[in-house]
Amino acid sequence: MTKGIAGIGEDYKYGFKTPEKYVFKSKKGLSKEVVEEISHLKGEPDWMRKFRLKSLEIFLKKPMPWWGGDLSDVNFDDIYYFIRPSDKQGRTWDEVPKEIRNTFDKLGIPEAERKFLAGVGAQYESEAVYHNLKEEWKKKGVIFLDTDTALKEYPDIFKEHFSTVVPPADNKFAALNSAVWSGGSFIYVPEGVHIEIPLQAYFRINAQNMGQFERSLIIAEPGSFVHYVEGCTAPIYSTNSLHTAVVEIIIKKGARLRYTTIQNWSKNVYNLVTKRAVAYEDATMEWVDGNLGSKVTMKYPAVFMHGKGAKADILSLTIAGKGQNQDVGGKVIHMAPHTSSNIVSKSISQNGGRSSYRGLVKVLKGAHGVKSNVKCDAMILDDKSRSDTYPYMDIDEKRVSIGHEATVSRVTDEQLFYLMNRGLSESEAAAMVVSGFIEPIVKELPMEYAVEMNRLIQLQMEGAVG
Amino acid sequence: MENKNLKIQDLQVSISGKKILKGVSLSVKKGEVHAIMGPNGSGKSTLSYALMGHPSYKIENGSLTLNSEDINSLSPDERAKRGLFLAFQYPVTIPGVTVMNFLRNIYNKKIALTNGGKPVSIFQFNTLLKERMGLLKMEDAVAKRYVNEGFSGGEKKRLEILQLEILNPDIAVLDEPDSGLDIDALKIVSEGVNRAIEKGVGVIMITHYARILNYVKPNFVHVFIDGKVVKSGGPELAKELEEKGYDWLKG
Repeated sequence: MTKGIAGIGEDYKYGFKTPEKYVFKSKKGLSKEVVEEISHLKGEPDWMRKFRLKSLEIFLKKPMPWWGGDLSDVNFDDIYYFIRPSDKQGRTWDEVPKEIRNTFDKLGIPEAERKFLAGVGAQYESEAVYHNLKEEWKKKGVIFLDTDTALKEYPDIFKEHFSTVVPPADNKFAALNSAVWSGGSFIYVPEGVHIEIPLQAYFRINAQNMGQFERSLIIAEPGSFVHYVEGCTAPIYSTNSLHTAVVEIIIKKGARLRYTTIQNWSKNVYNLVTKRAVAYEDATMEWVDGNLGSKVTMKYPAVFMHGKGAKADILSLTIAGKGQNQDVGGKVIHMAPHTSSNIVSKSISQNGGRSSYRGLVKVLKGAHGVKSNVKCDAMILDDKSRSDTYPYMDIDEKRVSIGHEATVSRVTDEQLFYLMNRGLSESEAAAMVVSGFIEPIVKELPMEYAVEMNRLIQLQMEGAVG
Repeated sequence: MENKNLKIQDLQVSISGKKILKGVSLSVKKGEVHAIMGPNGSGKSTLSYALMGHPSYKIENGSLTLNSEDINSLSPDERAKRGLFLAFQYPVTIPGVTVMNFLRNIYNKKIALTNGGKPVSIFQFNTLLKERMGLLKMEDAVAKRYVNEGFSGGEKKRLEILQLEILNPDIAVLDEPDSGLDIDALKIVSEGVNRAIEKGVGVIMITHYARILNYVKPNFVHVFIDGKVVKSGGPELAKELEEKGYDWLKG
């Protein structure tokens, strides 16, 4: 009774392409010249140009990771590292080139902005084509810009924080991003300001063999709050694209930050991302990380708890279908006393897909009173699919409370029989069980995304039964 | 009024090659109550699963007819749509799915079957649900819990009867709705079954004990031993079984 389950996420509706009318497209491949060119085109200060070149050297020296997803098919010479989509960034959607605007219309971004967002950034290929923050938040001193613009307009605050959380030498892909970064979100929330409705950025790849390397920097001053949501999609091509982002977050005393990702790249995108937050005293970082798309994803959102009483919450939701390897998880580093962390990972593997939870809980000596809890639930929907758990622990302090729990579940024949007995078709029954499985994470999503997530599962289960 | 009924004729069923039901015949009309009593392992639950179309239960011989339609080859949901219902002895857990969402979902599926049936709103359904749950003395908080997760035996049975009342089928098979219930819970569950019967549901009640039959009055009592009905009679047969046990009927 399992035929009804096949095909969640197999029906990709974001795979459309838009004709290329770009202002600038670098030649394929990575070189010192390409890096210099990017920096020159952006009119960057000299320190950034040097930073990029140094990062390129680090990238070239570092070996590829030997663990995680299969990256043997990534050809760094076959990628476009920089595409400038438009010579001017829109403050209104009318100022965005028509074809690009149509793309974001199809993706529902302007509509979402009107309905429930405090601000929106839209990146197309390498740079933002649209950025807007509602007036009431500007007045309170909130800054929400693309990262390139932030470097120009707020050079001091930028330089003070940039690359302090993720240095180029952190890993090969952080080095790559540091060399060729372009676009991304820059958010600054002043002390005590609570942005009650989310800010959202949307990242769209359109060109074939594209590399997108956005770099985001978020600074939450003491006692502030912001919820940032990012989404991403791309057309389907037979060749590979690369998405290598770096996200750096600094949360100061008593501030709280929630970062929600709905990653839905097409299945030819390698998604190799470094995301990390530093949380100071009594600060809270929440990663809500949804991975539905991409060919290979390697992403482990991290929280370094520097200050006592800091908290980390990582909720990870993964769906791995045909041809997909989702190697995801989270890292929590307890560096101060009475810090606490909670990681909940839910994965669904089906149609030959593979998902892995890879996580690290690290407690430094002297960080007494730490509490950490990790829970990994895997749902495997057929015999072709696979799920693994790699929970690493490195605990250097005795007075701590650490918990780890892992479960594997299936949609059982008994559940299907019970639900069908109440009049649900097999696919509806399977969708209901799957929806229930991911519910603890879906309920944390903004309502609009939760509804979409459930609809997606429902629809695609229906489509799967012929 | 149409003559709605379930006809079971010479039903023979096997599980993994082993024959469990050895020729069962039974005819149940809407509004009738048939009690099926028998010792452990006599095949009573097999009958309920086979009636509902569980894929592991293979029908070797015989026929199942619901409202004059052969339902032998229909999937469980198609049988449910045609008016058949099973209250499980051991209902399954559906983690993450709230009772409220689950029930609204199946209620709307049912409504969609009737002519011009439009799904009810969340608000409308919750009003209906609150009322029905009140009748079964279920706490409001149960609606927000996940289906059967962490439920006591009694809560599970009440949830089954709640579904019976909400779906209002033509024929309901109740597989030991009384097992594990204390006397208060037994009364509450029985009242629910009686409300369903008053609305015209035909009931096949599978039970070990005559106890529940003090509250839900059967029209017929069938004794089930070794995959067959060995004796049928009126309500008085239940009393006799209570006194004598099953041994005198074993062949």
